[in-house]
Amino acid sequence: MTSATVPHHLQRYRKALFFLALLLPLALLLGLALGAYPLPPLAIPQILLRGEGVEYQVLTVLRLPRVLGAALVGGLLALAGAVLQGLFRNPLVDPGLIGVTSGAALGAAIFIVLLPGAGPLEVYALPLFAFLGGLLATQVLWRIARTPLGTQVLVLLLSGIALNALVGAAIGLLTFLATEEQLRSLTFWTLGGFSAVTWAVLLSGLPLAFLALGLLLPLARSLNALALGEREAFHLGTELETFKRRAVAGAALGVGVAVALAGGVGFIGLVAPHLFRLLAGPDHRYLLPGAALLGATLAVLADLLARTVAAPAEVPVGVVTALLGGPFFLYLVLRYKREVYRA
Amino acid sequence: MKRKAFGLLAALATLAWAQPYRVVDATGREVVVPSTQRIVSLDGITTEILFAVGVGDQVVGRDDSSYYPPEVLQRPSVGYQFRLSAEGILSLRPTLVIGREDVRPPQVVEQLRATGVSVVLVPTEPTVQGAKAKIRVVAQAVGRGTRGEELVRRLERDLLALEAFKAQQAPKGKLRALFLYMRGPQTLFVCGEGATPVGMMILAGLENAAKGIRECRPMTPESVVAARPDVIVTFKKGLDSVGGLSGLLRLPGIAQTPAGQRGKVVAMDDLYLGSFGPRAGKAALDLFRAAYLQEGFVEVAP
Repeated sequence: MTSATVPHHLQRYRKALFFLALLLPLALLLGLALGAYPLPPLAIPQILLRGEGVEYQVLTVLRLPRVLGAALVGGLLALAGAVLQGLFRNPLVDPGLIGVTSGAALGAAIFIVLLPGAGPLEVYALPLFAFLGGLLATQVLWRIARTPLGTQVLVLLLSGIALNALVGAAIGLLTFLATEEQLRSLTFWTLGGFSAVTWAVLLSGLPLAFLALGLLLPLARSLNALALGEREAFHLGTELETFKRRAVAGAALGVGVAVALAGGVGFIGLVAPHLFRLLAGPDHRYLLPGAALLGATLAVLADLLARTVAAPAEVPVGVVTALLGGPFFLYLVLRYKREVYRA
Repeated sequence: MKRKAFGLLAALATLAWAQPYRVVDATGREVVVPSTQRIVSLDGITTEILFAVGVGDQVVGRDDSSYYPPEVLQRPSVGYQFRLSAEGILSLRPTLVIGREDVRPPQVVEQLRATGVSVVLVPTEPTVQGAKAKIRVVAQAVGRGTRGEELVRRLERDLLALEAFKAQQAPKGKLRALFLYMRGPQTLFVCGEGATPVGMMILAGLENAAKGIRECRPMTPESVVAARPDVIVTFKKGLDSVGGLSGLLRLPGIAQTPAGQRGKVVAMDDLYLGSFGPRAGKAALDLFRAAYLQEGFVEVAP
């Protein structure tokens, strides 16, 4: 298809995708070039070619895995957010609603408080526990939402809210049982951050992250059909049950990996899809890759802000994303309200 | 002859500056410290020991809990010792990073080691033995072992003075003391075994009124009343966070205790009370005096 025959609205989508595909590498380079350790950005190629010294180590051991980790986490959260917003046909859905985030937090809390004395194992076992907790929570929700007439999206949403409340109570109880030292680990984990992303953790998360991408990206057409309603989507040939299972499983996998890598980094999953809709439009064929690119860019930039604004100290990245995301979310709610009451 | 003497002197000088230093740290691993030119300290008591053994001018970075001696406040802070970032620490170009064995996140230690910086972890046990171990590890890491032993001997002298003083005064029966950890009127904890300030209270001849708890637990007013403390011990910053003495006495449960009725509260400088270090003996003596020999509200500054 040449651009002459492409309808006008598709051109806007393509432009947006193209622009975002350029923006992400730029953000990655910026994230790699800037940080608390002063390095002249222009000298970076030389440093990498030298292949030794503290500056090389800072770039390859600290910054590179961290920047890539942030991009991966942001992309997964945004993609999962876009898919779930389409699945629930509700623009205010956050990936946390299917229980992954709170389940992961519970898994982490159980590991920290009830299994003390892990010592050096903590670095690997904690993400694993978080990941499994997140998957388990979503599994429970899925079971609840099954009915003889197929999975009820509304039940899934409502039981998600209930489960989040219950898990919150369990985490509260564990917090109460925790010693001060365990509390430190717990708060470090729940506030989220990329400072603990090392190559080992990143590489162990990659296969699952790609599996999540492979499950979620092909769902675009079905999501477009679903926008008309479940029955209409069924008549358009969507295998509703398979589709829902893939959407929830993919989102749970993706968010599980993201949370295991970086703890609770909020708002990116909610905000990135909306930003893309404002930029281009709601067509899921473009929204899914676009939101992922945008989420990755946002996460890299939020992390960059978090680690440079108070250097040599570091602000929790969850604080940065919430500071940027909170007001924006409020604006969305207000706009949603105006639209609904105008109708 | 002259040349020989000169050679001998040179040899002695090289011995005195013998680097690298070697130290077995809290985790039992031998760390080699090639140079102490630029030290980043991640813990208040570690910083205090570094200055006490005479390498304070080589400390180029600190954490938020390092505020003694006051001149260390002019150094940049890398933040809270349980929320560290490897790159922030590295940006100060340290040759040695030294901090508590429980720094967070644990990955930071690995990341620092991966970049070739020596990391020494200091033990944290809240006892006299722990204090000596802390001093020795820090002193050996910077090649000031003899200065470290001097500090240990001084600590032992302080402890002997404390025992003599305790025996002399021979208080009739032990006072029951309760340590309250406060960070604002909504964040109140009672501390038991394993908490550093409680170890200090026991050293000062006080009985811990909070029975059967480990570390710090959220405080319920009724448990404070049931503990029947004769003395309430707090950090200075903790007392400030609830609005001073009057604020403390307004907290539920405090006024109903013997300590609350008599206004018997001891507020001590956080580092002085809260970290078994070189001044542990002096701190315990000050606490003993404040609890047994003085009436009402006592503020203990180092």
